[in-house]
Amino acid sequence: MAWMDIFRANKPSTAQLAKERLQVIVAHQRAGALHAPDYLPKLQKELLEVIRKYVAVGEDAVNIEVERDGDTEILELNITVPSSKN
Amino acid sequence: MAKIIVVTSGKGGVGKTTTSASFATGLAQAGHKTVVIDFDVGLRNLDLIMGVERRVVFDFINVIAGEATLKQALIKDKRVENLYILAASQTRDKDALTEAGVARVIDELSKDFEYIVCDSPAGIEKGALLAMHFADEALIVTNPEVSSVRDSDRVLGILSSKTARAKSGESVREHLVITRYDANRVARGEMLSVEDVKDILAIPLLGVIPESKDVLNASNQGSPVISLPDVQAAEAYKDMVARFLGEERAHRFLDPSSKGFLNRLFGG
Repeated sequence: MAWMDIFRANKPSTAQLAKERLQVIVAHQRAGALHAPDYLPKLQKELLEVIRKYVAVGEDAVNIEVERDGDTEILELNITVPSSKN
Repeated sequence: MAKIIVVTSGKGGVGKTTTSASFATGLAQAGHKTVVIDFDVGLRNLDLIMGVERRVVFDFINVIAGEATLKQALIKDKRVENLYILAASQTRDKDALTEAGVARVIDELSKDFEYIVCDSPAGIEKGALLAMHFADEALIVTNPEVSSVRDSDRVLGILSSKTARAKSGESVREHLVITRYDANRVARGEMLSVEDVKDILAIPLLGVIPESKDVLNASNQGSPVISLPDVQAAEAYKDMVARFLGEERAHRFLDPSSKGFLNRLFGG
């Protein structure tokens, strides 16, 4: 305990910061492992290819998200298509 | 049937090989016939840490490829009874390591040995995945530092999803091994504590190895640190092995070393 500590008493220690950062990272990492199956990027790419056969859409037209609701996982699919003008 | 233990971490340089060497040596010293396998194809180091680098004639890949028998490739430790080393290949590329090949070698070793220790390479590529694939138990080597802890958590995810046990609905028994622990820095709030790391990774603690100059001294002379006399890191590894074998032992070297009054006043 150096006497200098008096002047930095309110500053969180770097170890404390490390722990807080890790808790966020790890929670995110574990949620990611649960919520995002490996096939999602491929599914997204293939869906985009199929849609493009019929409609001209941009790279970001297909948006996939997985949400967990209790025991069920919900695969949410959003496809943005340009409004059709006759 | 042998028990298969992988020593893994994700991150490199945290002490996987040091831990593999000391853990395998400790098991053998306790009277269990043990083999330690280096899975780091192309970058082998276990042979150096074990001090057998000049005795490697055939390696793990030679056995997988059928170019040598297991008997030819196993190196018997000269200092410790019951201890054998299977070196990795230094020249072949990683593709030589196949799941079927590894399965066959581990199967054959299982008939003869009580413990098979798999020293994983860093990363989460093929060599690392194969090192953990057949594991019954895993030692997760972690430094009290953010990148190491994150990588360990990632590896835990892989152990519970991609291994043979995970695929058959069983689980790999996980043990936390914290290495390079500096109790003085923890006391000063500069390093994550054992409790912090345990909180985050949420797996049972098997051992804490203090930061020690002796680890480098041990590798310099090709002798696992557990074999050095009167050394804290060696004592910590011995405790770890005893706990693994079911003995209850308190964790040591977790308290800061006492410093002089002036040092404490001005040392910060």
